[in-house]
Amino acid sequence: MAASANSAALRRRRTATAGFHLGAGALAVLWLLPIALVLVTSLRSFDDIAAHGLGSRPRSFTLDNFRQAWVDGGQQRALINSLLVTVPCVVITLALAAMAAFALSRYEMPFRRSLLLLMLGGNLLPPQILLIPVSKLSELMGVYDTLPALIGVQIGFGVGFYVFVLHGFMRAIPVEIQQAAVVDGAGPWQIFWRIILPLTRPALAALSALSFTWIFNDLLWAITVLRSDTKMPITAALIGLQGQYVSMWNVIAAGSVIAAAPTVAVFLRFQRHFVAGLNLGAVK
Amino acid sequence: MAVLTAPERTSPAPPSPRGGRARGPRRTPPMVLAFLLVPLLAEAVWVFWPALQGFYLAFTSWDGVSAPRFVGLGNFREMLHDEVFRTAAVDTVLWLVLFGGLSAVLGLAAALLLQQERRGVGFYRAALFLPVVFSLVATALVWQAIYQPDGVLNQLLQSFGLGSLRHAWLADQDTALYAVIVPALWRQVGYVMVLYLAGLKGIDPALYEAAKVDGAGRRQRFRYVTLPQLRSVNAVVLSVIIIDSLRSFDVVWSLTRGGPYHSSELLSTYMYSTAFQSLRLGYGSALAVVIFVLAFGVIASYLVRAFREAD
Repeated sequence: MAASANSAALRRRRTATAGFHLGAGALAVLWLLPIALVLVTSLRSFDDIAAHGLGSRPRSFTLDNFRQAWVDGGQQRALINSLLVTVPCVVITLALAAMAAFALSRYEMPFRRSLLLLMLGGNLLPPQILLIPVSKLSELMGVYDTLPALIGVQIGFGVGFYVFVLHGFMRAIPVEIQQAAVVDGAGPWQIFWRIILPLTRPALAALSALSFTWIFNDLLWAITVLRSDTKMPITAALIGLQGQYVSMWNVIAAGSVIAAAPTVAVFLRFQRHFVAGLNLGAVK
Repeated sequence: MAVLTAPERTSPAPPSPRGGRARGPRRTPPMVLAFLLVPLLAEAVWVFWPALQGFYLAFTSWDGVSAPRFVGLGNFREMLHDEVFRTAAVDTVLWLVLFGGLSAVLGLAAALLLQQERRGVGFYRAALFLPVVFSLVATALVWQAIYQPDGVLNQLLQSFGLGSLRHAWLADQDTALYAVIVPALWRQVGYVMVLYLAGLKGIDPALYEAAKVDGAGRRQRFRYVTLPQLRSVNAVVLSVIIIDSLRSFDVVWSLTRGGPYHSSELLSTYMYSTAFQSLRLGYGSALAVVIFVLAFGVIASYLVRAFREAD
């Protein structure tokens, strides 16, 4: 009797497992299908696609699309522009945010909470309200259509959010650690650099992964403060490619793969940080 | 809102016996002040000051060349008779309901399915999450290939004998908006799923045990344990969705530019084209103010919650 009850339970569990994999597998396939389509399309020749259609079985293999997007389509320069903006932005934004969060969380200051919320509030504003003044401001400052303008606005707009997240993190570090350092004669800089910052590393790692993708993927700020094609980052260049190679899906697909590769690499390498970051920063 | 900030909180230090050099309210070290002021200045230059200008410009008429002319509420009066504005407003609401509602429901469903710790679940989660890291522009181009008249979607329909449904999805005024929502959803669901996964993980298993002992079925456990326990996550998801919806721009811009005939126009795209293509900077600013007003409730409630947590 016990044996048959056992085997019934086993069978039920097996059915549940099979059902789970069937459902989740179908979902995953549905989600990955568009990605697979782009990867395949990026490796086919134009003639093949023109003759048989996008959804047909591929009959050709070529890497020439990547060369075309990379060289003729200007994606190489665009990718360099993107990295020239993104890397400094991530480093400077997080450095500034860590400093402000340190000041706000570890010291008593007048209007401490109001300042924190003011900074967060700035990040929650819809960017549309800022677009026109920011483009005029960058003209006024003589940086319109230069990468520093894009870096500046990305830093200014992003910093408030990171201050808020890091403040929550630093607030949780016990006071005693800091007091011990003060007794030992450490100044604010040493407390920040030697004690608080190392303890904040997990949050900084998570926010770096997250902010890298946000800044890298931005389109709106780029087309607001930049004008020349030679200065555009990869997102805007991809739209340019779409106009330049109308209906040449092989080249457009190759361009999309190039544009997505860096963030996918960051995601695969820092997957855990990434997911942690999203949960830390459930604002965007 | 455990997801928002680190869970532990310690109260500020009592002043130390020697006058509290590090934490005393009277003397904040100048370096610490600088630590705060530099980032604040950066945000003031690029956000606070432009925002104030943006609100002012909403009450002007400006072509960007000559000086702005103050027109009071003229821009807002113009909106009342602006057909395109009405379309964009309706579309934005539709977007909010469809994109927002569906991404919340689908994200929660995916989280419920993938919360079980089974072999291979990591792969499924990663598959759903992968599009989140793509830029909306790349996402849009992927889907543009699918939507083409000779694209994959139409070929699929044909091969299933549904050739009569073949369609120029992005070029038809009746389908353009919905065709643009799908890619946006494809990218958003994984994000919402991650938020819900964290929320589900935080639910005490003892609650489910107790409910089971009391004879609650699967559905009842979901209704009376899971949903109430997810309340704080729901608040976060709601804020994320509304803020994201009102910001949505890239995907529409890359797929349709708001067309054909403004049928997929959102307030955000209409604002951009009014300001930077028609060069009507005053009217564009007024449109931005409308977006701000729509977002204001969410921003305010978010800040109130943050305020409670800040200490």
